[in-house]
Amino acid sequence: MSTAAAVKKPKISVPFDYSKYLRKGKLPHIWCPGCGHGIVLKSLLRAIEKSGLSKDDICMVSGIGCSSRTPGYVDFNTLHTLHGRALSYATGVKLAKPEMKVIVVTGDGDALAIGGNHFIHTCRRNIDMTILVYSNAIYGMTGGQFSPTTPSGSYSTTSRYGNIEPVFDCCELAKASGATFVARGTAYHVQELERIILESLKHKGTSVVEILDSCPVYYGRLNKMKSASQMMELIEKNGTVSVKQVDKLPPEKVQGKLLRGILHKEDRPEYCEEYQKLIDRVSGK
Amino acid sequence: MTEAAKKLPRIVIQEKLCKGCSICVDFCPTNVLEMRGPVVAVKNLEACTRCQLCDLRCPDFAIQVFD
Amino acid sequence: MAEKKKLFMQGNEACAEGALYAGCRFYAGYPITPSTEIAEYLSRTLPRVGGKFIQMEDEIASISAIAGASLAGLKSMTATSGPGFSLKQEGLGYACMAEIPCVIVDVMRGGPSTGYPTGPSQSDVMQAKWGTHGDHPVIAVTPAYVQEILHETVRAFNLSEKYRTPVLILFDEIVGHMREPVMLPEEGELEVIDREKPTCPPEEYLPYDAGYEIPPLAAFGEGYRFHVTGLNHKDDGFPTNDPEMIQEGIKRIIRKIDNNKEDIWKNEEHYIDGAEVVVFAYGSTARSAKYAVRELRKKGVKAGLLRALTLWPFPDEALKDACQKARAVVVPELNLGQIVYEVERLVDCHVEGIYRVDGEPINPMQIMEAMEKYS
Repeated sequence: MSTAAAVKKPKISVPFDYSKYLRKGKLPHIWCPGCGHGIVLKSLLRAIEKSGLSKDDICMVSGIGCSSRTPGYVDFNTLHTLHGRALSYATGVKLAKPEMKVIVVTGDGDALAIGGNHFIHTCRRNIDMTILVYSNAIYGMTGGQFSPTTPSGSYSTTSRYGNIEPVFDCCELAKASGATFVARGTAYHVQELERIILESLKHKGTSVVEILDSCPVYYGRLNKMKSASQMMELIEKNGTVSVKQVDKLPPEKVQGKLLRGILHKEDRPEYCEEYQKLIDRVSGK
Repeated sequence: MTEAAKKLPRIVIQEKLCKGCSICVDFCPTNVLEMRGPVVAVKNLEACTRCQLCDLRCPDFAIQVFD
Repeated sequence: MAEKKKLFMQGNEACAEGALYAGCRFYAGYPITPSTEIAEYLSRTLPRVGGKFIQMEDEIASISAIAGASLAGLKSMTATSGPGFSLKQEGLGYACMAEIPCVIVDVMRGGPSTGYPTGPSQSDVMQAKWGTHGDHPVIAVTPAYVQEILHETVRAFNLSEKYRTPVLILFDEIVGHMREPVMLPEEGELEVIDREKPTCPPEEYLPYDAGYEIPPLAAFGEGYRFHVTGLNHKDDGFPTNDPEMIQEGIKRIIRKIDNNKEDIWKNEEHYIDGAEVVVFAYGSTARSAKYAVRELRKKGVKAGLLRALTLWPFPDEALKDACQKARAVVVPELNLGQIVYEVERLVDCHVEGIYRVDGEPINPMQIMEAMEKYS
């Protein structure tokens, strides 16, 4: 898998100190060997460092599932809620305290199935929050059932004969629903992911970042993928194309692949700011 | 060759945190690492370019490269 | 002293006024008959006082949003009716488990299912107690008059803040939509309780400190970076699989209500001393019961009324006391018999239920007829 061409000059001489953002004594985390969630978390923490946000000002909200265990490890104001409902709790926190930076960590099942209604309406309101959808195409916490992002034809414990359902494109859904920042990254392209998350944190409005990562233990095993690395190679590295390159590549190299990078960005009035304007207009009347 | 490149880096592996997924081994561009039993180990420190990809892609906060 | 403001208002509007008086500054809701006027009223009034109103995409989102807002430090409320109350059960359980103060109003209507949206009912009283899964504490108040809805809403917020738990306000379509004169309380006239906040340094803060009966609650964003989960948790808020901690955690959230029943209970008695036939009633049904008892007394029947303003925890002691000399207790309910089982559990005398689910109120004559049999 390694190629000499991939070797670049060292850019970083001091490793990033994650302990600054982690709660003491919580590692090792609960995620399985080879699960991409830890990689995503690290990219997020590096992005937070670069954003300059203070730990007191961050509220991380999650629902239920593997990805939703993230808040337990990080030293922010953290809220681990109900399956699918993270965005609703997050809306309450954000509207009550607009000065806080709200980051929602959710999964493909949590955000797009049970939380689908909350997902589209949160995007529609354009309330300022960063939504990270860890998309590993499976319900890992319950042992490997298909989700709205499980590819048609693939196997899970509830699609033993191959999944007959089509998938949701999380990014298209977010964009169509009104999210003003939509991006896709992968756990393989770690530095790119860090940059994307940093941009999403800087954005004012609803930011959705779909992050492709792998569940080697449930998805991988049932779909004859031998290792975490093989999954990363197949799904994240070879299954995606950067938006920056897409125009330069021949169509056959783009077909069937998901786009990576910032896919959509626009300025639109943000919900909490609009609400404050409303208060200013009517207060005392 | 510069002085910095001659000096060997220090790769710190926290065996208690390593879950043996082998992602760092498989994606190391210069084959510095190998699996030794259930955890990762350094087999060729001289080849390390300090690119940090092992750290960046380690899901378990288990490996870091110091100058 | 300035003259008090007397208004002619609807029960739902009085509920909204009570919330504002209690310091509610966040409301999330979803339109549903017959509770919608609460949302309409607060959508107008909350932003005027710097509060926030948000119409969410459904009832589940609404109860989730108020829990989030409460953790961020605002007194919060949602209101709904039967079908919406069913949807809110998972969020209610979360608020019980995570000990998040908030107020949930259920303006009861006919059911099951879509049922009779504009018809009154009292058929959610057991759902209020047992609707969410798992053992959990419940406080439910049951006002019967428009003025009382205002006062009881203030009390619901106070209980919620004091005991760090969700509090339910149950009334029905009759009083929700009825218009009666209401005196708006002056500032300082009614007690308003705010949750206790931690005074310890953030690094020592335990959001579920078992050393307290009701642990102080910090707000997000004030330097106390704590963790909240719906999983069984330790005193530091993080999940646990320890059998002892799991059991103790659940027992504590129930105990904090059980140990304070005297403070939470509120009843009204009419002619209860020496009553030979007692009517036990709550909500709008108690209005008919009160009339019935007055009329029976005129006829010389030793009738008495015990009316619960706190239905959960159930007023065990007051009911037992009221029935000391009673031959029978009559329990009128706008359902097919729910609270009657609680009454049967507690008293030795004969118990007779009067039920109605046709969307019409129980009238005083029905209650009088039942009570006269035992005179």
